[in-house]
Formats: sequence, C-alpha cells, structure tokens
Amino acid sequence: MRLLNLFKIAFKAIVLNKMRTLLTMLGIIIGVASVIAMLAIGEGSKESIRENISSMGSNIITIRPASASSGGVRASADEMQTLKLKDYEAIKAQATFLSYATPLVTGKGQVINGSNNWPSNIYGVNPDYLKIKVVDLQSGSMFTNTEVKTAAKVALIGQTVVDNVFPDGQDPIGQMIRFNNIPFKVIGVLEVKGENTFGQDQDDVVIAPYTTVQKRILAIDYINQIMASAVSEDDAPNAVIEVSKIMRVQHQISNPNKDDFSVQSMEELISTFSSTSEMLTLLLVAVASISLLIGGIGIMNIMYVSVKERTKEIGLRMAVGGKGSDILMQFLIEAILISITGGLLGVLLGLGSTVLIEKFLNWPTSVALYSIVISFAVCAVTGIFFGWYPARKASALDPITALRYE
Amino acid sequence: MNKEIIKIEDLKREFKMGNETVHALKGISFDIKEGEFVTIMGSSGSGKSTMLNILGCLDQPTSGTYEIDGVKVKDLTKNQLATIRNEKIGFIFQSYNLLARTSAIENVELPLLYNSKVSTEERRKRAIEALQKVGLGDRLDHTPSQLSGGQQQRVAIARSLVNNPVMILADEATGNLDTRTSYEIMSLFQDLNKQGITITFVTHEQDIATFSSRTIVLKDGNIIQDYKNHKVQSAEEQLAKLPKEDH
Repeated sequence: MRLLNLFKIAFKAIVLNKMRTLLTMLGIIIGVASVIAMLAIGEGSKESIRENISSMGSNIITIRPASASSGGVRASADEMQTLKLKDYEAIKAQATFLSYATPLVTGKGQVINGSNNWPSNIYGVNPDYLKIKVVDLQSGSMFTNTEVKTAAKVALIGQTVVDNVFPDGQDPIGQMIRFNNIPFKVIGVLEVKGENTFGQDQDDVVIAPYTTVQKRILAIDYINQIMASAVSEDDAPNAVIEVSKIMRVQHQISNPNKDDFSVQSMEELISTFSSTSEMLTLLLVAVASISLLIGGIGIMNIMYVSVKERTKEIGLRMAVGGKGSDILMQFLIEAILISITGGLLGVLLGLGSTVLIEKFLNWPTSVALYSIVISFAVCAVTGIFFGWYPARKASALDPITALRYE
Repeated sequence: MNKEIIKIEDLKREFKMGNETVHALKGISFDIKEGEFVTIMGSSGSGKSTMLNILGCLDQPTSGTYEIDGVKVKDLTKNQLATIRNEKIGFIFQSYNLLARTSAIENVELPLLYNSKVSTEERRKRAIEALQKVGLGDRLDHTPSQLSGGQQQRVAIARSLVNNPVMILADEATGNLDTRTSYEIMSLFQDLNKQGITITFVTHEQDIATFSSRTIVLKDGNIIQDYKNHKVQSAEEQLAKLPKEDH
C-alpha cells in the first residue's frame, strides 16, 4: 500500500520530467543495446565458423607429416615425404574409431579443355573422400576402387572448374580434359560448396584417383595427407589417440614429443577458431559495458541534480509526514524505473539493430538469451547502485533546512 | 472543559555555534486548548522560528517537556516524529510549498499518501472535501501555475486540513499576499476556527493578531506577553471596509 503510493510518486516525477528522463535513459539504452548487439555479433560469428567448419565434415581427422628433425635438419611439413601409403593401410586395417579413410595427394596445375584453360588443384583420393568431406555429386558418378587400382585417368571436377573450362554450358560428363597435359575423362561434377571459412573456393578442384595423381602427375611414392572420418563426432578424440598410436608404431617412435606426424580433428580446429572469436566478443562486450557504466553514472548524475532541485519538495514531504525511508524509496524507485525502462528500450533497440546488422551488413548474428538477461539484470543493479547514493542523501536531509532551501 | 492540545513546560532550546551556545528559547511554558486561535508574535531573533519548528515536531527541545494531544514528543525517534506530523499537525507555509505541475487535488492528497491507513478512494474523497471547504471545489485539477497566490494558499490550507489534524500550524501564512487576499485568508482561518479547529499562527504582523483569540509575544527567547483578545475582529468585516479595487 505504502510502497504502491511511493511507486506512484516516483512515476509521477518521471512523467513530469519526460525530456530529462529520456536523456538519462539514453545512456542506459545505448549501453544495453550495444551489449546485446555486440554479443549477438560475437555469437553469430562463432556459430558461423562452427557451421562452416562442420560443413567441411565435422568428424574429419587429418594426419599430416609434421616437422621433425632428422640429423639436425628440419624440414617444412609440406616437403616431407614421411607419410607413406603403408601408413594409410595400417590405419585402415587397425583403427576402430574410423568409418572412412583416404590417402590424399595434392598438386597444382592447368586444366585444359580445347582453347579454355584454368589453373586449379588436383586432389588424389579414394572413393571414401566424398563421404569424409560430405560432398555429393551434381551429376555423374564417383570413380571406383578398381579405377583406383588401375590408376585410371578419370576425374571429377568442381563447379568453378566447370564454369571456366566449359564456358559454353556444355555437359562436362564424358568429356576429356587435360590436367598438366595428362588427359582425364570427366565422370562427375561435384555439388557446389562455395567458399569455406578461410576464403578458399571449395569448388575450384579436380578429384582423381590418388594412384593416378601419384604416378602420372606428381611422380611420387609418398602421400601428403591421410584424411579420415571418425565414427561419430564424440568419438573423434578417441580416434585421434588411436590413430596416433598406430602411427607411432608405424614410424617406430616411442616418445610422443618426437612425433613426425600430426593428427588433428575438426573439433580442435573449431575450438581454435572459436577462441579467437571469443576473445573478440569479450573485447566488444567490454567496450559496450563501459557505455553501460557511463549510462549508470548518468543516472546518478541526474538523480543528484534531482535531489538538489527538489530539496524544498523533500522538506515539504517530510513536514507532512514522509519518513526518511519513504524519501529514500521514492528516489530509489525513480532511479530503478528509469534504468529498467531504459533497459527494456535498450533490449528492443539491441534486437532491432541486430536485425539491421544482419540484413544490411550481412554479418551473421545470433542473439543469445543470456545476453538479454545479463544486460537487463546489470541495468537493474545499476539503477539501484547509482540511485542509492543520491536517494540516501535525500533521505538524510534535515526537514527544517530542506524547507528553507531556495 | 476544553482539553489541552499543546502543553509546554520550561522549554529550552540551545544551539551550539562553534564555541558559543545560543539560547534560542530560555525556558518557556504555555498551553494551547482545543478550539483556540493563537498567534505567536515576535521580531526576528525572538525565537519565533525555533518555537515553530518545535511545535511542528520538526525539531526537539534541549530540555523541558512538549506534549501534543497527550503525546510526549521528547525522545521520539525521527520516524515517530514523522508520524506525529502526519497525523496530528497541518502545516501552512509562507511560500505555499505546493508541488509544481501537480494538480490541486494531488497536492492536497499528499499527506495522506504517507498514511497507509487511508485507502485511495478515501484519500480522494477527503481531498475533495478539503478543497470544497476552502472554496476551491471547482478547481480540483488546476495546477499551482494556474492559480492566484490566494488560491494557492487555499490549496495549502486544504492540504493542512486533509489529515484531520489536532492543530493547524501556520508560518507567516499571509506574508506573501496583499492586504485584501490576506484578509480573505484570515477570514477562512476564522471560519475554520469556528468549526472547532485549533490554529497556531506564527507571524510578525500586528494586524493579523487582532483576528486571533489569543496572542503570545516572544522576545529574546522569553514570553513577554500572553493575552486573550476579547475583541476579536472579524476579517470578513475588515475585508468589506477595504476600498474596492478598480476593476
């Protein structure tokens, strides 16, 4: 009853000073809105990184040669020839947490079809590759294990290659192309995947049996990578451990610190990238929090002025029976009302600007419920915290002095 | 027969100003009975304001006793004093002290807002009654800026009546008003007094005292005169004698 009355008094004071209230709220509004928008941007980019990497196959495990010194000479991982086909075979035969595996050899070269040519990459793999990378075919079919064994000159090409070497809209299936002057028969076109997180065009690719690429294009007997997929995302860490063990046996390494290979799951890659964007989010939120703090100081400032300006009113209220606690509550409620209303408007503005950012800047955003809850709670606390001191000051006034105050 | 509203005995109030002690009230004793209209007079420095603050329970005496409506005020806490002010005293100030941009009725309701025993409907009803009593029944929704000085003081009087106090305490209530308007206000006070309301009026204007039934004169913290006025002037009659204004 009494509290309700105080609520009415505080509400009245706010309504009577619309402009001032609005300006005071502005700090809080901007603070809350920016916290929400910044968090939304941060969360959004994190999610889009995760999605992007997952789209490359979330269970993927890659085994690469790692830089290791042999006789004091350190070689770069790219040039190393330590990964052999028998490593792949061992993994294929022994690993229990893996569903698919393929050797991978890569090369660069010129794709030529008649008068059209295009520089691209060739990936030498086995038929499991499509399942590991979760890629479908637009048309045609994948090569078979027999074609791998016979090092058949067949290839699948990505859309970017199609666009550049078959510019007339001709159906590439069954056509002959040349890659570094080796003729390949196109037997399939990969579905369009677009750019990945790292800005790499996933459609600018030629896929052929690894045997063909090894023998006919690169003339090497080692492989660049082994790519595999874990049975499930949850099994990926186990698979990493298991594969490492197999590799150590293969390479006769007893000390894990001297591994001449690296086994990495996508999960690790995701967390690496997420942590970067988390740092960024934290930074953005820190900046936004400062504006929320400044908003809070704005409330304290205006409540201070308000107490000063209404000293006589406070004196009158005390003279007609208002207790110190009544005055304290009145001003506290006023501060809280301002900050909560500001908080609400801030949430709306934050959500609105998030939508606009998504729409006009094409940034991925994702509003987390916790960001709304937190920023709202923070601004309620701000109201109490910054409203307390001026309210306390008002309540401690001596009614006689306050009444005589001009 | 009439009961005592105010009982003051050997009341002293001292202020410490640095090393000096100022004796604002030097042992004062008097009573005010129900239905009296008392003016407390005195020039500045006479202790008049200190007296008013103590009478209004805004301040505590240094020694001596002050009783209002049977309640000993000394040793009450701040909150208890606030409750006494809320329930037993109606304040009227020289500068009206109305809340700006707030309607007359809301201004009058103010003391009742701090009394949780009064419901919203009751509060509104009593505020309307009080405003009708001071002749502003048709100006309920006017804000102070839409009212003349006299009307504003009437709103303030209505505010002081709304909690049915045992005593109205007026501090130079006509100080800001011209003669005609202050006579109007005094006439209103006399009406209220006739209805049985006890009024204590602090002023330094001689002519105001002629409208009251008793005058206490303070000087240097002592009562130098305390007399009954046997020929109370009627403010209404005085008002009629004033020259007509030219408009």
